[in-house]
Amino acid sequence: MAQVAVQEVSRHFGPVKALDNVTVDFADGGFYALLGPSGSGKTTLLRMIAGFDYPDSGHIRIAGEPVEAVSVEKREIGMMFQNYALFPNMTVFDNVAFGLSVRGVAKPEIARRVGEALELVHLTGFDKRKPHQLSGGQRQRVALARAIVTRPRVLLLDEPLSALDKSLRVEMQVELKRIQRDVAITTIFVTHDQEEALTLSDRIGILNEGRLVQEGPPLDIYERPRTAFAARFLGEANLFDITPGGAGGVSLGDGTMIRINGDTGAARQVAVRPEKMLLEPLSAPAPEGDSNVIQATVQQHIFAGSSLTYLLDWRDQQLKVFVQNRTGAVIGAGETVRLSWSPRDTVVLAG
Amino acid sequence: MTRRRISLPAIGRVYLGLVLAFLYLPILVMAAMSFNSSKLYRLPIDWSTQWYVALAGNDKLIAAGTNSLIIAVVTTIIATALGTAVSLVFFRYRFRGKAVMQLLLFPPITIPWLIIGTAMLIFFFWVGIGRGLHAMILGHVALALPYVIVVVTARLHSFDPTLEEAARSLGAKAWQVSWRVTFPWIAPGLFAAALFAFAVSFDQFVISYFLAVPGVSTLPVEIYTSIRKGFTPEINAISTIIITFSMALLLGVARFYRFGGER
Repeated sequence: MAQVAVQEVSRHFGPVKALDNVTVDFADGGFYALLGPSGSGKTTLLRMIAGFDYPDSGHIRIAGEPVEAVSVEKREIGMMFQNYALFPNMTVFDNVAFGLSVRGVAKPEIARRVGEALELVHLTGFDKRKPHQLSGGQRQRVALARAIVTRPRVLLLDEPLSALDKSLRVEMQVELKRIQRDVAITTIFVTHDQEEALTLSDRIGILNEGRLVQEGPPLDIYERPRTAFAARFLGEANLFDITPGGAGGVSLGDGTMIRINGDTGAARQVAVRPEKMLLEPLSAPAPEGDSNVIQATVQQHIFAGSSLTYLLDWRDQQLKVFVQNRTGAVIGAGETVRLSWSPRDTVVLAG
Repeated sequence: MTRRRISLPAIGRVYLGLVLAFLYLPILVMAAMSFNSSKLYRLPIDWSTQWYVALAGNDKLIAAGTNSLIIAVVTTIIATALGTAVSLVFFRYRFRGKAVMQLLLFPPITIPWLIIGTAMLIFFFWVGIGRGLHAMILGHVALALPYVIVVVTARLHSFDPTLEEAARSLGAKAWQVSWRVTFPWIAPGLFAAALFAFAVSFDQFVISYFLAVPGVSTLPVEIYTSIRKGFTPEINAISTIIITFSMALLLGVARFYRFGGER
């Protein structure tokens, strides 16, 4: 177990900046998600921490010591690959035992620890199977057991759940979280799936085009995205262009004044999450207090049983609102409705 | 992946039977005749092992057979080692001229052996290598190399390089990675390649004929020479032994390694 520090790391592949001056700390025992679209540099960063690639500039430290001169096999890391990379010629037992046997651990000790690891991932009794005799979820558990059996200082997961189907993915999310809590290894995982990042991790770093856009606990990032990219990549957001109007109020494009909490500074955009907006017919009593209010026209609704998504037209801009299905009624296309939300939920974006 | 099997219609069975007969009938006839004491292949067969006894006393054939084995084994070892190294280089590295090199490896397979043999004979004389066992081995290695490279490369193509990364991340040193992860995967390929090299060398007639010196010949050359002098059923006997041996080897290998795809 160890803390991992990435300091001002840059990496270029020809003219492409895969990583551009990234600094981030991974706390000891934490569960950290690196979230970003493909090509954002998240996998490059993971591979550098593993030791498969090296920074052009900057430093990576594991437990305080620089690892530039330490090769992969000496870094004491555990890594789970996207395709699991189980050794096809070995049994489940031999796969999990591999890291111990190359370290020269005694046979009885290997048997004991492999047994423990398989128990942890609920695969006791599968010792003698070959990887091709396992289901996707079981393979993933073997890969996880293999990665943690050596008691690595850091556990690295590359898109750990992307190869599983939806229902299995949810189940494995729960499992992964339980196991990580049990073994308390510093865990860094790479994903492009925002839901995975939100559910699993206790800290998220959002990467875009090689830069760390924002970093923090999931709730903070979700509630207070700093940029339009962060707002739209993690969750969904309605963005409004604004004209600064001093503390406490700004005007939207059509001149509607809305209230915000705090100062806008030089900001040109605000974001409002679709579930924070209250959608009501115009006939409903006007909201009380300091709510922001606009009127929009329903374009269409997407019914999903327990909830509905409304797509609305507001000044040739499409807005999205999530509504819980409380009434069992739907507002039809073409109707004009009132949208209101609290100034607290109006997030000022930096860029 | 299991494909759905449809039961084979009768006409299909007949067709497959004919294919097998086409392949094996001459060999079976030869094997039967090796046990016929009649030198003129008179029927019914008068069963006897006299040609095998005669073979045991035929020093020339046995010496030639020993030469063939030595050359084939040495060729197999050298060609498999060199060819595997070439395949690994092609697999792991990117470099200028790689595509051209890979392309140039194939024509020797299609050039008639007669032409290659003539070229080798002239070249070996010119550079002073001359003829003899060493020249034959050199020639056979050159012939077998492209086959080894093709077979091993094909096997490597199905190797997932992340397996090596996974092994390293688990603390394996370079030799442990090669020995415990890469080698087991390409082993069936190596085995198949070695068999190819062995067969190319053991079968080789033209080049051996050109590069042999009087008194040192190989089995195919010796068989050819003695057929020209007048056929003896001892040839049937030694051929039967060789066929039995190679069939047993191949069937054994096919049992241990499933050719044409793991899983």
